[in-house]
Amino acid sequence: MDLKSFIERISNSPGISGCEQEVAGEITMAWEQIADEVRRDNLGNVIALKKGKNSHKPPLMLAAHQDEIGFLVRDIDKDGFISLDPIGGIDPRLLPGQEIKIWGREETLGVVGARPPHLQKPQDREKAIPLEKIFVDCGLKKEELEKKIRIGDAVTFHQKMGWLNENIGYGKALDDRAGVAALHQVLLELKDRTTPLDVAVVATVQEEVGIRGAITSSFALNPDLGLAVDVAFASRPGLEKEMTLNSNGGPGLEIGPHMHPGVLEKLKEVAGEKEIPIQLIGVPHPGGTDTYVMQMNRCGMATGLLSIPLANMHSPVEVIDIRDVRRTGRLMASFCLQADVEFVEGLKCL
Amino acid sequence: MLIKELTEVPGIAGREGQVRELIKEQLKGQDLALSGDAMGNFYARWEGGQTPLLMLASHMDEVGFMVMGYDNSGLIKFAPVGGIDLRVVPGKKVYLGDEKTPGVIGVKPIHMQKKAEQNRPFSRQDLLIDIGASSENEARKKVNIGDQITFSTTTEFISERVMKGKAFDDRAGCAAIIEILKSRPPVKLCGAFTVQEEVGLRGAGVAASNVGPALALVLEGTTASDVPESPPHRYSTTMGEGPALTIMDRSFLANQKLNQRVMELAEREGIKYQLRRTSIGGTDSGPIHLREEGIPTIGLSLPCRYIHSPASLLNMDDLQNMIDLVKTILQDIAEGGFPIGTTY
Amino acid sequence: MEQLIKKLTEAYGPSGREEQIREVIREEISDLADEIRVDYLGNLIALKKGTASGKKKPIMLAAHMDEIGLMITHIEEKGFLRFTGVGGIAPSRLTGARMILPSGRKGLIYHEPLKDSSKLTLEKMYLDIGVETEEEAREFVTIGDIAVADEPFIVLGNRFLAKALDDRIGCAILILVLQQMEKTSRDLYFVFTSQEEVGLRGARTSAFGIDPGLGLAVDVTMAGDTPEVKKMDVKLGAGAAIKVKDSSLITSPLIRDKMIEIAENEKIPYQLEVLPRGGTDAGGISLTREGVLAGCVSIPCRYVHSPGEMVDRRDVEGAVKLLEKMLQQDLEFPG
Repeated sequence: MDLKSFIERISNSPGISGCEQEVAGEITMAWEQIADEVRRDNLGNVIALKKGKNSHKPPLMLAAHQDEIGFLVRDIDKDGFISLDPIGGIDPRLLPGQEIKIWGREETLGVVGARPPHLQKPQDREKAIPLEKIFVDCGLKKEELEKKIRIGDAVTFHQKMGWLNENIGYGKALDDRAGVAALHQVLLELKDRTTPLDVAVVATVQEEVGIRGAITSSFALNPDLGLAVDVAFASRPGLEKEMTLNSNGGPGLEIGPHMHPGVLEKLKEVAGEKEIPIQLIGVPHPGGTDTYVMQMNRCGMATGLLSIPLANMHSPVEVIDIRDVRRTGRLMASFCLQADVEFVEGLKCL
Repeated sequence: MLIKELTEVPGIAGREGQVRELIKEQLKGQDLALSGDAMGNFYARWEGGQTPLLMLASHMDEVGFMVMGYDNSGLIKFAPVGGIDLRVVPGKKVYLGDEKTPGVIGVKPIHMQKKAEQNRPFSRQDLLIDIGASSENEARKKVNIGDQITFSTTTEFISERVMKGKAFDDRAGCAAIIEILKSRPPVKLCGAFTVQEEVGLRGAGVAASNVGPALALVLEGTTASDVPESPPHRYSTTMGEGPALTIMDRSFLANQKLNQRVMELAEREGIKYQLRRTSIGGTDSGPIHLREEGIPTIGLSLPCRYIHSPASLLNMDDLQNMIDLVKTILQDIAEGGFPIGTTY
Repeated sequence: MEQLIKKLTEAYGPSGREEQIREVIREEISDLADEIRVDYLGNLIALKKGTASGKKKPIMLAAHMDEIGLMITHIEEKGFLRFTGVGGIAPSRLTGARMILPSGRKGLIYHEPLKDSSKLTLEKMYLDIGVETEEEAREFVTIGDIAVADEPFIVLGNRFLAKALDDRIGCAILILVLQQMEKTSRDLYFVFTSQEEVGLRGARTSAFGIDPGLGLAVDVTMAGDTPEVKKMDVKLGAGAAIKVKDSSLITSPLIRDKMIEIAENEKIPYQLEVLPRGGTDAGGISLTREGVLAGCVSIPCRYVHSPGEMVDRRDVEGAVKLLEKMLQQDLEFPG
């Protein structure tokens, strides 16, 4: 499947943290065509294996998280209005007027409502509406509603991916399905090539609720070297230049405690050879991405983090440039082709 | 002096290379097996007796900053790595990068500030580092994005026993381990010099997996809060009263039976010690004691005043007492007196 | 059942100091298990061997023994004790509470005079044990001792009121299940965990040792049925709750749906629980090694983490029944 069709399919597919079955199914189906082996583990991570020359050695691990932010149904009141429990970090100010979908026994559409403005005091309108005061209206009475949904059902934005021009796409869940798409690009690039080491491509689960899937998949694979790809803030007015990446500027290489100096040098070298633009960004705290836990796996892993510029993070209209996704995939694929046993051994600090 | 060399070297989380090299130099030719892992933890193993394998752990990284970008005029934008109170930052001297390019942290002069501004602390955006570059281009040639920045404090005695310096947390612990390893103790022992403690206790768990010890002793630096306006019931530790034995912190609840024996030994040998009396902060003891099926762990901390600042104070008697106490514990283990196998 | 719960809730056992409660539980189960051991963190691990022992991965059931407490950090000249929390304790629930120290000495908690009671913090509170000097206090307490609530277990109709129902009620349920358990094919580990209240610590290390194929925790959850409380569809007396989510775990739909199916088939009343904040041992177990399928049966509980917690007998009975039926079904799952 080509990159654009793949990213559309997975962006549209539901998969909030802990409920990734649907999107995992889409990813599995696509990767079965281009990897040697695909499996799902107990937590639901999708692990695709691409065999290399030295299969007796630990694989290289490439990770991007497949889960998206969203909600669970927390309460249904006597009139059928639904309260939400957030999964991942969501700005409640994005919610009023949003269309959502509840993935219950039946897929159920709803809109996010709030108390009408003319019933509020003028000063109330100066305040953001907290999540506790926000409810979902599915246009159904409680009895009808309870036939279709129940407490704990997953809720996502109701959004279909679209394109603002041939390269710029918008949609929900591009954090970090854009990263998963970059992994797809890696598999496409490596399809008829042989890497020195096995490459294990992992679409991880439950990143948004505490970087959980990467913990267990790293343990199972026990790699010596791993790269993760996640999204980073695209530059926009009001954001500090140093904390952001330019769209269509190529992948960001995140320099910080979670970027092994040897891995950084190699990535820069490969990018130079392949003429792939990169952006360097300093990241003082290593938290918030899969590398955080990968590095601490078992006896330690050398890690590196690439990031794709993305605007409007954690909203239903996240925006990416497909060229950045493609470049990120190409850079990682080229890296995998060059990372041999000797290189990996050399990353141990002595 | 070892502690001076160790504390003056730069080494923020993820950039511990120079500290590691220095430690390696110190430990060469001492009949130790030296090794490292992919995260950067460094190990020195000593086969000094028929005991179960023990681990001494201290972290190499210090709090500092990272180069984030450049101002048009060639000034450097930066961000803290690890927990630093930005109020201790203005007007300090720093080194940038592994080459130790000197710089100073400047702010708007007091004459140019409005009255209201003077009452609030400087924010990160108010603070810029001057490295003497006159343009962004010139600055780019000297330092790179991601380079480490550390205070350039000179370590020296300011009174007979009290030393001033940066990074006593936890290079003083590293110094203690080096000295203990060199003393050829009668036990099987691995010194683990860990990475990335200051950004989330990240290296220690990996070290515990690599070493697989039957007992771990974590040697740390901690806040001494015996300073004005701090009520006695909120003191954590007191400088000069000896190493502090941890009862509880955010990451770790100590095993009472192990602690009991440590206190008995200290009292028997007349070594000054105190209890660490607050529950704030986390240490490498946290991840170590929870690794795999659980590892018996003891936390000892050196009281440092003004920890995580460019000028902290350490009483050298406290360091000596920590070394003596650890040696006593190791001797007790060699003699079979220490209850290593006990559960909580 | 009441006698068991009384014994369990009234025992002393804050996090990291679980010896007494561990011995109480050990006595209850010593004739029921094939093997009993204690690991380094202090978890009490009881094995009930299965017929296919060793061939399939075991099932681990977990309930935590530890309770919240207050660690004494300072003794003042006049004998007042200052403390810090062991586990998440809201200061507002402590004023006027009676506490007991490991030495058996009792006392009362109060706070310094306050202009604004919403600014109450643990640092402003103290424990008065009825002494006049520091020296006198030292006869009853040493720095590092942990005090716990001193409240008797009582029955109020269908409801139980006691300290430490979080999670001694879970321990009681595990014991009741073990008492009635027929042989299953898989090995069953009944683990009474330690240090849950300070970060699911015992569950992590015991699960690493056991390497289970399935983990089931039994713990309390909040109830949304008291005046003006945040909306949450969980009530006392409406059945045991099947956890969908808390901050440590999002239950695998495989396990959640299986639990719902069994409850419906067996006509066991149940509720679904979406807990905004709080974690359980199931979360700790699920992230062990390569990842473990995990679920949690929750007992709705009012006033969690206060000296008086309240649960409903019917929910407890339902939880026992649900767990028994689940274990009898010889669940098939990967591993």
